Amino acid sequence: MTITPDSPSVLTALDRPNSYIGRSVPRPNLRRLTEGRGSYVSDTVLPRMLHVVFVRSPHAHARIRAIDTLAASKAPGVVAAFVGADLTEVMSPWVGVLTHLKGLKSAPQYPLAMERACWQGEAVCAIVARTRALAEDAAALVDVDYEELPAVADAETALDPQTPVIHPELGDNLTFERRVNAGDPDQGMRDAAEIVEATFVFGRHTGVCNEARAIVADWNAAEQRLTVYQGTQAPHMMQNLFAKHLGIAEQQVRVITKDVGGSFGVKVHAYADEMATVAIAKLLRRPVKFVADRLESFLTDIHARDHRVHGKIGVKKDGTITVFEIDDLTGIGPYSVYPRTSGIEANQVVNLTGSWYRCPNYRALARVVFQNKNVMCQYRAVGHPIATAVTEGLVDLAAARIGMDPVEIRRRNLIPDDGYPATAPSGIKFEKLSQEAALQKIVTMMRYDDLRAEQERLRKQGVYRGIGMTTFVEVTNPSPTFYGIGGARISAQDGVTMRLDGAGTVFCHTGVSEQGQGTEAVIAQVAASAFGVPISSVRVIMGDTDNTPYGGGTWASRAAGIAGEAAWQAGKALRANVLALAATILQAQPQSLDLRDGIVVDAASSRERMGLDEIARIAHFRPDTLPPGFQPELVATRHYVPRAWPFAFTNGVQASYLEVDVDTGFVKLLRHWCVEDCGTIINPLLVDEQVRGGIVQGIGAALYEHCVYDERGQLLNGNMADYLVPMASEMPDMDIGHVVTPTADSELGAKGAGEAGTAGAPGAVMNAINDALRPLGAKTLTEMPFTPGLILRAIGRI
Amino acid sequence: MSIESCPIVLTVNGETVIENVEPRTTLVDFLRDSLGLTGTRTGCEHGVCGTCTVRVDGTIVRGCLMLAVQCDGARVETIEGVSDTGEIADLQENFRLRNALQCGFCTPGILLTAQELLSRGGMPDREAIRLHLSGNYCRCTGYQAIIDAVETTARQRTGTNS
Repeated sequence: MTITPDSPSVLTALDRPNSYIGRSVPRPNLRRLTEGRGSYVSDTVLPRMLHVVFVRSPHAHARIRAIDTLAASKAPGVVAAFVGADLTEVMSPWVGVLTHLKGLKSAPQYPLAMERACWQGEAVCAIVARTRALAEDAAALVDVDYEELPAVADAETALDPQTPVIHPELGDNLTFERRVNAGDPDQGMRDAAEIVEATFVFGRHTGVCNEARAIVADWNAAEQRLTVYQGTQAPHMMQNLFAKHLGIAEQQVRVITKDVGGSFGVKVHAYADEMATVAIAKLLRRPVKFVADRLESFLTDIHARDHRVHGKIGVKKDGTITVFEIDDLTGIGPYSVYPRTSGIEANQVVNLTGSWYRCPNYRALARVVFQNKNVMCQYRAVGHPIATAVTEGLVDLAAARIGMDPVEIRRRNLIPDDGYPATAPSGIKFEKLSQEAALQKIVTMMRYDDLRAEQERLRKQGVYRGIGMTTFVEVTNPSPTFYGIGGARISAQDGVTMRLDGAGTVFCHTGVSEQGQGTEAVIAQVAASAFGVPISSVRVIMGDTDNTPYGGGTWASRAAGIAGEAAWQAGKALRANVLALAATILQAQPQSLDLRDGIVVDAASSRERMGLDEIARIAHFRPDTLPPGFQPELVATRHYVPRAWPFAFTNGVQASYLEVDVDTGFVKLLRHWCVEDCGTIINPLLVDEQVRGGIVQGIGAALYEHCVYDERGQLLNGNMADYLVPMASEMPDMDIGHVVTPTADSELGAKGAGEAGTAGAPGAVMNAINDALRPLGAKTLTEMPFTPGLILRAIGRI
Repeated sequence: MSIESCPIVLTVNGETVIENVEPRTTLVDFLRDSLGLTGTRTGCEHGVCGTCTVRVDGTIVRGCLMLAVQCDGARVETIEGVSDTGEIADLQENFRLRNALQCGFCTPGILLTAQELLSRGGMPDREAIRLHLSGNYCRCTGYQAIIDAVETTARQRTGTNS
């Protein structure tokens, strides 16, 4: 294994005697998962459970004249059939807008299509049967009479007057528009010695979670209570949405999330078919299960990206960047997705582009349009891969134009490490970044000069290798400015409750959730360190709205930074409670004692005084031996929400080294590097693997993944044979390094690390391909994914 | 449509199983729905992703491309079985230590596929490990940790120094 050693720890207050912070502790849940003994929603079976399957529109846009479910209803094992109107009696529609995205508009969406289907794959009818197979048999008997309508497929023409308006009541197909004019862009253009422009295209792709979306909804009519087993990132958000749209109290809804087979942003939205499953369970008063199959997943899991960005950069001869300008157009399908909306990604592109450079002149336009394709929404690293690839693609083009090394032009323009706090032209604020240090570190790690020499040498032998680099920033630890201020009931804070049981071990309850990234381990590490017990004494409870503090869940790289801080504070509070109790028993001063590795010791000498198990025994079973009036408190809860900054921005640099086969157009990835700064690193192993997994997801977007639609809005490759994903044999080894700049907004100082890999990788691969092909006079490649065909055309071979 | 069931007799993880199955039932659905062996999972349902990998008569197969009726008389082994026998305990431990899994959904299939390579003996290089696992999709890890864990296991089993 090659893992570049981390920077020396900057931990101080966190460096308690038995601290697990900064240590590569294995995750506690892994043995279960390696033995196939996890518990995913798709494994869940309840008594009297039924299975629902959906009949989906084969058309991108069609009027539904009639649905005949008679034959299906009579098929073996079928219990019920539902069309759109049947569910409106128990479930209200929703509209995916947020008030802080000014002007954002969308139309009401229903669990099943009402009079119209607006994308290929929209559910129009539900069949419920004893088994999934019987439900599928019956679904094939449903006869839907469609009148096909013209489909809006091309985002470029979605706003043209002759294009049909998908939701006539909204007036046009424009969902959202944002403009920024900062500094003096016109002066920036005049000051430039060279102006370089390019059009970047980011193909639609999708999450392809290994476990498809899955839900089991159980309405207990006697309790008047809904229990939903769901693979979701945000259990409390879903609790709110189910209650709101069923017209019942939040307390009547319990959402349970056990193991989740990957999410990446796919499982943080309200999906019509999942809402329909809940509505059907209420109508049938028994458990109903829906698990999307792979074909349904491609048609209905949120798609991502689908941006076309015209970009311009102005640069002086000395490399000074004088202006950035972008015009972003993105198509989001027929509805803005509820409740986070489909305006966020374009908004992020506007916020982020060029933001980590000193250039004050910035002009941006983003337009978000409706189309008759599957819905598009937030997916890992929302907006970042686009902003990064556009910014860094332009910077590379500018460097090439003025004959400057790509590293050098970045050195000359990055906001210097002593230049913080800083505000970007778009208005986003950086507490403290370390771009210069990160760039220097990656140059050393990858032996940049040696690689350039090797590249030069090999070119003479007809071998075309390229080096591509991206610097980037990443939004993490979001405050309420992300969703709360726009009216979405998505908690910005999170809490941790720690309770001491009779054996002297602790349970740690938290509202964040585990999707495989290692939240359970991170919370256990922080809690054990703050409280002062072995990590084996901590059991973490998450994913149950009845049994965890109300919280936001896991998205936007928030779990470690936000719930981690809550765990730190809760652990300290419970330690103070336990030391007060120990001091009473030992007739000592609480401040003279400490809890270390599960044993109360004299703080100064580390002399052992008594075990936590004995303290717990006395507190729970023999409190009669304590002095009158002393009440031990054995539970502590603390909450945390970022307050000082809207987001804890992280930063990083990535580099890709690859070889292009100029005869086949194939790209062979040779090596990939990333240096990132997520502040305090709680678990280096988990951080590095988050970064690696994220990089490969970004590489997928750059080279393989593409939801290909035709002009009628038909998805042509919606299966895993035709839609390519990164597999082991094509992926490179990746070296990960760190710079550590803790946020001062929390004691822990941790920022998020989940999306940095995905943010920077596509741009790095793009720049490397163009670097490889530059000596061949190739047309600059800016349209992802970079398929062999595109590459061969760019070098004139086909 | 519905459909007469066929009796099958097979051993699953060493136990004799006698069941009636519809001819259309895939092996993976049979294992999950009839026997409750949920460690084997469906991913793509058309033989691409390797998530449903199990062993039939000692050879790994895709449980979504084989019908349960084809397993009449066969010896089927799943992740639950090979975990209990301890056959891959070292490989599982190396996956745990290296964090070679995140969500864990693909992991049973990857472990069984890796074990096939490892059981051939010898010290496969990283390229060979990558190639052997090239039919198993993992969205979380980026694969490097998986390759590391398999490589470490191979080293330990062959007594090869790093």
